[in-house]
Amino acid sequence: MTELAAPGRRPNRPERLARLTPRRLAHAAFVYACLLALAAFIILPLGWMLTAALKPNNVPVFTFPAEWFPTEHFNFGTFVEALTQPREPYGRFALNSLLLASVNIVGAVFSNSLIAYAFARLQFRGKNVLFAAVLATMLLPAPVLLIPQFLLFFNIGWYGTQDGFPAGYLPLTVPAFTGNPFFIFLLRQYMRTIPKELDEAARIDGAGHWTIYTRIILPLSVPALLVVAVFTFLGVWNDFFGPLLYLDDPQWFTVPLALAREVTTVGTEWNIVMAATLVAMLPPLLIYAFSQNKLMGGIASVGIRG
Amino acid sequence: MAMQLGDGVGGEEGSAAPIVGDAALSRPGWRPTGPGSRSEERAAYLFLAPWIIGAVVFLLIPLGWAVWLSFTDEQLLRPGQFIGLDNYVEAFTGDRHFYKSIGVTLTWIVIAVPVFLISGLLVALLLNQKLRGMSFFRTLLYVPAVLSGVAIAVLWFTLLNSDLGAVNQLLRSIGIEDPPNWFQDPDFALWGVAIMGLWGVGTNAIIYLAGLQNIPPDLYEAAGMDGAGAWAKFRHITLPMLSPTMFFLFIGELTAALVIIGPVIVISGAGGAAGPADSLLFYMLLLYRRGFVEGQLGYAAALAWILTVIGLTLVWLTFKLEKRFVFYQA
Repeated sequence: MTELAAPGRRPNRPERLARLTPRRLAHAAFVYACLLALAAFIILPLGWMLTAALKPNNVPVFTFPAEWFPTEHFNFGTFVEALTQPREPYGRFALNSLLLASVNIVGAVFSNSLIAYAFARLQFRGKNVLFAAVLATMLLPAPVLLIPQFLLFFNIGWYGTQDGFPAGYLPLTVPAFTGNPFFIFLLRQYMRTIPKELDEAARIDGAGHWTIYTRIILPLSVPALLVVAVFTFLGVWNDFFGPLLYLDDPQWFTVPLALAREVTTVGTEWNIVMAATLVAMLPPLLIYAFSQNKLMGGIASVGIRG
Repeated sequence: MAMQLGDGVGGEEGSAAPIVGDAALSRPGWRPTGPGSRSEERAAYLFLAPWIIGAVVFLLIPLGWAVWLSFTDEQLLRPGQFIGLDNYVEAFTGDRHFYKSIGVTLTWIVIAVPVFLISGLLVALLLNQKLRGMSFFRTLLYVPAVLSGVAIAVLWFTLLNSDLGAVNQLLRSIGIEDPPNWFQDPDFALWGVAIMGLWGVGTNAIIYLAGLQNIPPDLYEAAGMDGAGAWAKFRHITLPMLSPTMFFLFIGELTAALVIIGPVIVISGAGGAAGPADSLLFYMLLLYRRGFVEGQLGYAAALAWILTVIGLTLVWLTFKLEKRFVFYQA
């Protein structure tokens, strides 16, 4: 019963000894009942979606009573159809999303680690002011920047498709190469924990800053860089507003953009929409399954002050 | 021998020439090498170059441009003329959807902020019980937070379909004859969006949970010795100790509620439709409609500044109230 005890909590205080009193039992039953209801609230919609996606085209998706788990139909062909159908090829959209995500991950890992290295390791005039400026950019009002940023990209031709090239991908990738305040902060904090002795030893051996950065700091920052990569992937894969503003040619659409367009068109095949929705959810789910401890640590730490 | 402490950012190991010049050596107060040297400064600014360029091009220039745009009649393919305060006057006196959108957004804040703050706390209190299997529930409840907002909107839009949706089928099967029409009913549309948001209750719960686990157990022990019951402990220890977390989440939920747009664009179409009787005409949806559907970018820039002023006022009021309601440990 102490598996989740917070650090510093002593497991063996007399009052915490696990004696199975009726009161204790009732309390546990109540807690589990609430948690099971919550779990159902999370799982049942996903189950309904899977049920709908596994139905063949001629079977009604909406039934009475509602079917929350697949029991009758297991038609994986719906997924094949969703990925390959000529009108809305979600396989193609997924590749588009993956391309954008990969470029963003490269940009984010490269730029944020460079910037964080300067703040974590180098001495220069105006360092504190600049670092405060980095954090202050988090407070800039996004709605205000939306229109001039759009005009900026639109006026230099970074919009839609130009001569077959998806120019609208540029505003969705290039800014990643200029850093992000949250990631800069995260990486700087992490890099500060790497012993300075390592840099100094390298300096004595004649290494410059670039060498120290690439050979010492980057390899030792891999855990933090993975967090940056995961957050970047989730952000880009799930982004809807950016692609909505800058993409106009359906063959370059991302998964969320195509999905949003399909549900608002008439004559939608709901089993295929649900299969496509699952396609949109699957990569984040997989990544979450493999990295949930790190991710949640990152989320939770922002809520604690001091 | 000159140590290559300050080789340039682009220099490969071993191939970079020392760039510590005579000027640096002769300058009093500047060490030629080592921390704080001129070459180190030069390297630092090279490392920072991506951020400096990005901040100027993507943030600073657009910020200034946004001020200018809001005083022009800029349109998508036609550069604007300076028209003074006309955009602002138009918003407050001419645009018949302006007040409606502010009303919808404020209503949403009144619904969303308490619902998401309280639900998150309740779930965190459950997850903080020392029972088996908590890490499983914690992991499961956080799942919606990593999923695409569009996918979630599509899923819940389908589930909350008034005639055929699974939620209403469930409600009918437990005897509720006339369940709400959700997104087809102006009185329930915002609640449909709230249910969609509640699916992500795990996000706030995890942040609360971190706050809960930071409360020193000694406080509860001491209170227990003084005979405090469960409610007294919650009221006089948990709540005050959690108030900084709650304040943080309050600001986050408030600002998120002000700029909500995503799920609504999904369920109402990229044309910027806004649900029955404009019941989902959030402020950002109006801004999107005016700016990107109708192409009145100058006017939309003015709308953005008005929203920012509203947001800053609300955040300022919150900080005013902080001293009354938030307890910080000495």
